Amino acid sequence: DASLTEVNSFSPSVPISPSSMINQYKFEDGPELRDLFITVDDPESHITAIETFITYRVVTKTTRGEFDSSEYEVRRRYQDFLWLKSKLEEAHPTLIIPPLPEKFIMKGMVERFSDEFIETRRKALHKFLNRIADHPTLTFNEDFKIFLTAQAWELSSHKKQGPGLLSRMGQTVRAVASSVRGAVKNRPEMFTEMNNYMETFSQKINLLDKIAHRIYKEERDYFNEMKEYGPIHTLWSASEEDIADSLKGLASCIERCCRATERRMAGLSEHLLPILHEYVLYSEILTGVLKRRDQIQGELDSKVDALANKKTEKDLFSEEIGKLEDKVERANNALKADWDRWKQNMQWDMRSTFTNVAENNLRYYEECLATWESFLASQTVDLRVDEDSEDRP
Amino acid sequence: MESTEPEPSGSRPEEEEEEEEEEEEEEEDDGALPPPEQPLAAMEDCLAKKMEITVSEAEKRTGRNAMNIQETYTAYLIETRAVESQSEGQCAPVESLWRRYSEFELLRNYLSVTYPHIVVPPLPEKRLSADNMDPDFVERRRIGLENFLLRVASHPVLCQDKIFYAFLMQEGGWKEMVNETGFQLKADSRLKALNATFRVKNPDKRFTELKHYSDELQSVISHLLRVRARVADRLYGVYKVHGNYGRVFSEWSAIEKEMGDGLQSAGHHMDVYAASIDDILEEEEHYADQLKEYLFYAEALRAVCRKHELMQYDLEMAAQDLTSKKQQCEELATGTVRTFSLKGMTSKLFGQETPEQREAKIKVLEEQIQEGEEQLKSKNLEGRDFVKSAWADIERFKEQKNHDLKEALISYAVMQISMCKKGIQVWTNAKECFSKM
Repeated sequence: DASLTEVNSFSPSVPISPSSMINQYKFEDGPELRDLFITVDDPESHITAIETFITYRVVTKTTRGEFDSSEYEVRRRYQDFLWLKSKLEEAHPTLIIPPLPEKFIMKGMVERFSDEFIETRRKALHKFLNRIADHPTLTFNEDFKIFLTAQAWELSSHKKQGPGLLSRMGQTVRAVASSVRGAVKNRPEMFTEMNNYMETFSQKINLLDKIAHRIYKEERDYFNEMKEYGPIHTLWSASEEDIADSLKGLASCIERCCRATERRMAGLSEHLLPILHEYVLYSEILTGVLKRRDQIQGELDSKVDALANKKTEKDLFSEEIGKLEDKVERANNALKADWDRWKQNMQWDMRSTFTNVAENNLRYYEECLATWESFLASQTVDLRVDEDSEDRP
Repeated sequence: MESTEPEPSGSRPEEEEEEEEEEEEEEEDDGALPPPEQPLAAMEDCLAKKMEITVSEAEKRTGRNAMNIQETYTAYLIETRAVESQSEGQCAPVESLWRRYSEFELLRNYLSVTYPHIVVPPLPEKRLSADNMDPDFVERRRIGLENFLLRVASHPVLCQDKIFYAFLMQEGGWKEMVNETGFQLKADSRLKALNATFRVKNPDKRFTELKHYSDELQSVISHLLRVRARVADRLYGVYKVHGNYGRVFSEWSAIEKEMGDGLQSAGHHMDVYAASIDDILEEEEHYADQLKEYLFYAEALRAVCRKHELMQYDLEMAAQDLTSKKQQCEELATGTVRTFSLKGMTSKLFGQETPEQREAKIKVLEEQIQEGEEQLKSKNLEGRDFVKSAWADIERFKEQKNHDLKEALISYAVMQISMCKKGIQVWTNAKECFSKM
């Protein structure tokens, strides 16, 4: 089977090691059924007269018929991702579009173009595209296809078509302002529940994000002190004879625990912190999606209210209202389905991330335990040897 | 009169074992000086073996001090009980009296002056910070004071001291008893000037090395204690922040249907984790106190070296003085002036002394020289005795130190193992809860 062999021969530039599986989206239909594989890698710096920016290589491999080729390689910059996201939001206002990494995160005190920042962003962009590919509706979006396949100049010219982003934004703001209030009183129970849920979820996920960062900081401070603690024992051993070996042994134990702490910290920053951050962004996205649904309903409601006051032109109005009613129903159904999907994914993500955190901590304690137990064993052997030699006349 | 001669020691470096039960012995008659070669109290005869000693309570007191000003202080209850032999199976009555920290200090000063060649066990710190009434501080001081008494009671020389015995048994009149020994007169004020150096021409290399070691020990232990405290603070932070998970998980679980149970129970385990650090760190404080004792022991070691330095200095001064007197005598006798002296010049200018005057002078000098030679002889003897007994006690101390510190390091490892095991338990439970989310 040609398609299968292509799938098997695909080796992503980003190696998928077991540990990074945690960072992968869940394959909804199982890997054998996927027909679109995307990787984001190879950041490159571009310096022009006006600006400096980074592009990322986006490689797509697919067996889908609607794609002219089975493999594409393009370069995209952050702006292009922003464009894609806004197009998707425009086309599917009540679908949950995955989060994009933020423009620039100040709080991490990371340099704008530091390796750490670029790598974090690259991973997030990779996830973004794969989540879209994974989405039953978004995966067939036309702009998505163009994003993956068009050469740089083709993309630029395509972007220029259609209503500008600014005009769209203006429309949205006005619409939201005028219709949200009305929408709330006619809102179906289900969506009120979603709103309430989102309010609490958003609060909690933000708290968890802060807690996780705080834990990371505390662990780092602990690590820094430990680094100084071990060597003092080595220094001390230099002025001792009898207990020099014990002191040196202790110093090396502390050193090994130090390294284990470092690994624990790395685990946090590779797995927990990015996921919590994504869901902070998700909570913002979801709140926006719920508002847009309310806004669509608001359009319908205001038209219905207007009809009630008018005596003439009823036929025209009823047709418009009919269209709006369809629009509301479509929007509600899309959101309901996507919401359920999102919750499932969220549950899976949280379960695997926190399990990973626990495993991380277990590994840390098990390593330290082994270190101290072997030290203890060596010391008690020595003690017995000393006692034996004392017994001898 | 109290026998305060330092007893020459044979070294018996046995370690202090569990207190065995033995019959209480009669106190020695304190009349005549003990013969020079009397052996030390054997380990089995040490007071620690014959008597259970505890500092069991601490109490806040108010009283009037020497200047009739009201003050608050802490009094410590010392309880003693003679240990009967197992076959008799009787329990001797507990005797007790109250002492305050300043009395412990007085006891220690007395012991340091009376036994200058002994590395005298240290007292717990004088003052931690502003608050001597803080219950944690008082508790740790109580343990430190008990430890001090046990150390003295198990020292082969110190345990036989009458003043020490009275400290444990005689509440009233003890201070007067100590002062009557006149030990303050023996205390050399020069020792108080800790950093003063005495230009010793022939220092004993062993003591110089030992002083150097005690300085290093002090420096490294105090550095270690400082960093340990910082590490402990950081560790506290790591554990406590996890407690925040508990609260947030619990609140989050309220809006989740399927994830709720897992979140809630995981949160509980995070609370357990956060709370576990308190016991862990309290245990570590005991470890820190063990190290601190040796920090202060280093000072005691240094004090012995200083006393030796001073003795050596006095000896050299006395020898120098003797030599110059002999020289003077010779010059007078032979009439030759070897060194310039004002007296010599003035007598040249204003006329020679009469033979009678010269004879008288020579006689005085000869007497002084005789006295000086006797003194020098006894000083030399004193010095040699000091070195011998000091070195014996130092060897004893070294073995004690190596044993104690090794045990302390082992206990540190044991603590770390316990901490790791607790951590494994908590995170195993948490993992199970998370996997059920």
